[in-house]
Amino acid sequence: MFGLNKKDASLLLIVAGLVAFAPFLLNPFPEGSAMAQFNAGYPDLMQRFVIFGIFAIGFNILFGLTGYLSFGHAAFLGVGSYAAVWMFKLLSMNVLPAIVLAVITAGAFALIIGYVSLRRSGIYFSILTLAFAQMSFALAYSVLTPITGGETGLQLALDDPRILESASASEGNIPVPGLFGLEMRDSFEMVMGSWVFTFNFGYYFCAVIMLIAFYLSIRIFRSPFGMMLRAIKSNQQRLNYTGVNPRPYTLAAFVISGMYAGLAGGLMASMDPLAGAERMFWTASGEVVLMTILGGVGTLIGPVLGAGMIKYMENIISKINSDILHGWFAFLPDGLEDLVVTMIYPFIGKGWHLTLGIVFMLVVIFLPGGLVEGGQKLANLFGRKKADNPKSASTEPAE
Amino acid sequence: MGILEVKDVNKRFGGLQALGKVNLSVAENSCHAIIGPNGAGKSTLLNCLVGKLIPDTGSVMFDGQSVLGRTPFEINQMGISRVFQTPEIFGDLTVMENMLIPCFARRDGSFALHGIRSVISEAELRDQAESMLEEVNMIDKRDMHSASMSRGDKRRLEMAMCLVQNPKLLLLDEPTAGMARADTNNTIDLLKEIKEKRNITIAIIEHDMHVVFSLAERITVLAQGTPLVEDTPENIKGHPKVKEAYLGEAA
Ligand SMILES: Nc1ncnc2c1ncn2[C@@H]1O[C@H](COP(=O)(O)OP(=O)(O)OP(=O)(O)O)[C@@H](O)[C@H]1O
Ligand SMILES: [Mg+2]
Repeated sequence: MFGLNKKDASLLLIVAGLVAFAPFLLNPFPEGSAMAQFNAGYPDLMQRFVIFGIFAIGFNILFGLTGYLSFGHAAFLGVGSYAAVWMFKLLSMNVLPAIVLAVITAGAFALIIGYVSLRRSGIYFSILTLAFAQMSFALAYSVLTPITGGETGLQLALDDPRILESASASEGNIPVPGLFGLEMRDSFEMVMGSWVFTFNFGYYFCAVIMLIAFYLSIRIFRSPFGMMLRAIKSNQQRLNYTGVNPRPYTLAAFVISGMYAGLAGGLMASMDPLAGAERMFWTASGEVVLMTILGGVGTLIGPVLGAGMIKYMENIISKINSDILHGWFAFLPDGLEDLVVTMIYPFIGKGWHLTLGIVFMLVVIFLPGGLVEGGQKLANLFGRKKADNPKSASTEPAE
Repeated sequence: MGILEVKDVNKRFGGLQALGKVNLSVAENSCHAIIGPNGAGKSTLLNCLVGKLIPDTGSVMFDGQSVLGRTPFEINQMGISRVFQTPEIFGDLTVMENMLIPCFARRDGSFALHGIRSVISEAELRDQAESMLEEVNMIDKRDMHSASMSRGDKRRLEMAMCLVQNPKLLLLDEPTAGMARADTNNTIDLLKEIKEKRNITIAIIEHDMHVVFSLAERITVLAQGTPLVEDTPENIKGHPKVKEAYLGEAA
């Protein structure tokens, strides 16, 4: 199907299913219950899941296939955001031209930065990309203020030209991004008993684009181009003496992954039309590295899982505060309750980075192949159990 | 005029004269062996032919064109393939993928961007790769992870990767080092067969005299970076200078 083999096609279908039903799957706990804290099915967060999924999928094309570890990919995300916001300011609030310009601008940036950085490999390459990204951040923050909005960031204003939409400006409100009349923030709520499920147009728009991006990445992985990229990671010397020039291949991979980052940046701006320099900060570049490694470098689905995991922790764990903890452990005797809360407290709220660090260490040490390896191990475990003892497998559903 | 003409090549590494005034002419469709004691400069000479090293002075002409100043991938595209002293393969890839990369390089040149068509759909190249694997008796290993193979198999794979490109000149750096006797004999048979079937020139560096005398039509003896003699195998066998080069220090 779609030129994919059976295994890849079913992976794509599974991902499509998960993404389509995410508003249900991510909201398993009834509204108002103690566990509602862990619901992630609200538009803002779901949008972030798929947008960072795109960012990580693209990063994996470079890092997972060629082994070149870029520490500056957030620069392309930032450039994409700025480009998209400018398109909203100058042309129209339709997201399509904004996203197209975001991808093209990020691609052009990646071409320049990649051309220079790829003259070196290994740690020197990583440092060069880091330096470029920090330079871009510094420029966006200060010198380029007329273009980037400097410290306050780039925002929409009432008097923006928006040449294709002169009519709507007269209403007196700053317009919102949309797609041919549908607004990105449009949502539809479905109440089922004590559950509330939110279906947001912006989320589904991003989700469709992520599925396309995911599909393209599968095609790249299975193509001769993808095979060459893996050969670069494996043995550049042999490749050279086989008549292949590794440089344009790595540059192409770098530009493609830069365009994915630009796409993610453009979508971010489409969901919330402002862009700030902090999106290019080095910690943002580090985050996508963590996502990819956490999920599984060089695997198809890993980066998406890693992105989901990190964004979930960032948004859910960081919202837990000491009051909530006291609520959870209220059943314990007072002294013990305080002790438990004091022990857990450093890992929640602003301390979510600490939790992330621990999870990351555990994964890297015990599952070097990331969450995907964890999944495979689980599958093997169950697969073997079934093979060893077919009877127990058949009785399981009855339990 | 040979297909490969090396003229007055010098190469120094700091104070060490690794190659001094090397002249070599390899005739088309012949098998030319380069022998010499350890450290004689054999690998260095090979490196100068494929663009890994640039000689300090002298010229290297292949097929009427100079190879000096060209990158290794350009030299390969001219028709020179090389097998390394320690096997260089794509360890993370399967045997079949290892074979496909030289096939793509031969057909599409040093760079071609086909990111959407799948590898599976390249039936013609897959056939090429498969028939070459059959020729070297490795077809049963086609889906194996190449890093997990024995050293002998890795060498055989590397040779197959070079041969599938149909090179005009094949450079072999100790292709049978570390091989069992049986594998060595297989390699000799394979190279003989290849030579009969196609128009190919072979330059081989080898310590194993059994291999050298089975294959070579001409032999150059290199010692301390300079060619001592160049002659037919029969004449080399009893040559006093050769004995001296090999046993000189010991005697
Ligand atoms: N890149 C280099 N830098 C410095 N010295 C080198 C370099 N490459 C080779 N040499 C030196 O040049 C001399 C020739 O080395 P070379 O590898 O060409 O010998 P060889 O004939 O291939 O030997 P062997 O039979 O052991 O493979 C040696 O003394 C070696 O130490
Ligand atoms: Mg050598």
